[in-house]
Amino acid sequence: MNAAADLPLPVAIVISACLLAGAGLALTGAIGFVRMATFYQRVHAPTLGSSLGMVLILASSILYFSVQRGALVFHEILIAVFLTLTTPISLMLVVRAALSRDRHEGDLSVPPVERT
Amino acid sequence: MRRWLPHPTMSFVVLGVWLVLNQSLAVGNLLLGAFLGIGLGAAFGRLQPPPLRIRNRRIMAKLFVTVVGDVIRSNLALVRIILGGRTSKLTSGFVAIPLKLTDPYGLAVLACIITATPGTIWVSYRSAQGVLLIHVFDLIDEGEWIATITQRYERPLREIFE
Amino acid sequence: MSATLLGAAVTISQLMLVTAMGLYMTHMVRGPRAQDRVVALDACYVSAMLLLITLGMRTGSTLYFEASAIIALLGFASTVALAKFLMRGEVIE
Repeated sequence: MNAAADLPLPVAIVISACLLAGAGLALTGAIGFVRMATFYQRVHAPTLGSSLGMVLILASSILYFSVQRGALVFHEILIAVFLTLTTPISLMLVVRAALSRDRHEGDLSVPPVERT
Repeated sequence: MRRWLPHPTMSFVVLGVWLVLNQSLAVGNLLLGAFLGIGLGAAFGRLQPPPLRIRNRRIMAKLFVTVVGDVIRSNLALVRIILGGRTSKLTSGFVAIPLKLTDPYGLAVLACIITATPGTIWVSYRSAQGVLLIHVFDLIDEGEWIATITQRYERPLREIFE
Repeated sequence: MSATLLGAAVTISQLMLVTAMGLYMTHMVRGPRAQDRVVALDACYVSAMLLLITLGMRTGSTLYFEASAIIALLGFASTVALAKFLMRGEVIE
């Protein structure tokens, strides 16, 4: 981390706080994923890491590189936009697949197929 | 104009993404980005997307602020549930919500909003009946969730897109 | 001073992200059902992407950004393919 030596201390504190909060959210999501009892509860936990956790870590990266280079470096924002757009699609597909599998096996705890 | 740029918004978004990705405004990057924008815009037209109309940008900005606040609040709520150890007596379940929103872009934005707020996940939408099925992590009152989704998100989305 | 602080923060968050990846991987092995494994793999991809971002901050190079963008793209594609496989039993119909 020799490049970080010339960063002002307040900026370093903000970057560290964002980074730790984001990583903490991702870890909390993983803990929740392990602790939940059913599949449908488990799906919710990783969204902690892919919503606010991801935004916090990317924001700290943007801040770090912008201050270090003395110019705005913000291409991380593309990852944030991309993840926000794709997480709903992948989760929705997995949940729908799980639902159709459970329905197929005659699980009574999931809502039945609505007839048109 | 019509012939070269059938979907100007899409082409300019592609150009913008290309410039942000390369972090430069050099002539070569501008030219390549413009070329990609025109080409991909034409390719996008082949998919025959439904026309996009945005009626009200002010409501769109207000909705964005609301959603950011909700994402932060529901993140903290979920953290409290997971680390607070009340996972055993947690009730979660499916909620069916009747929607009046029919615009495909509005529904796509609603799917992003619902899944981006931790604690709710979009499961399926039946366009024939207009019924949306979501799964809620911390389900206490079903009626309250229906009211939240329709009042807080669906109404502004209908004002924006319909 | 700020270098020590940032170095410690990056190390701690990398440890947290690696722990999260480990938890997801144990669940990927343990199961109980195929859909749990798919969601664990998807979450593992996101954690790996965040880990690469922190690695970029540690080395002070923006080269890792491209790698994390590609991981995000591939993670999405693989999750969609696996979900489709769960739903229909084949990826391309």
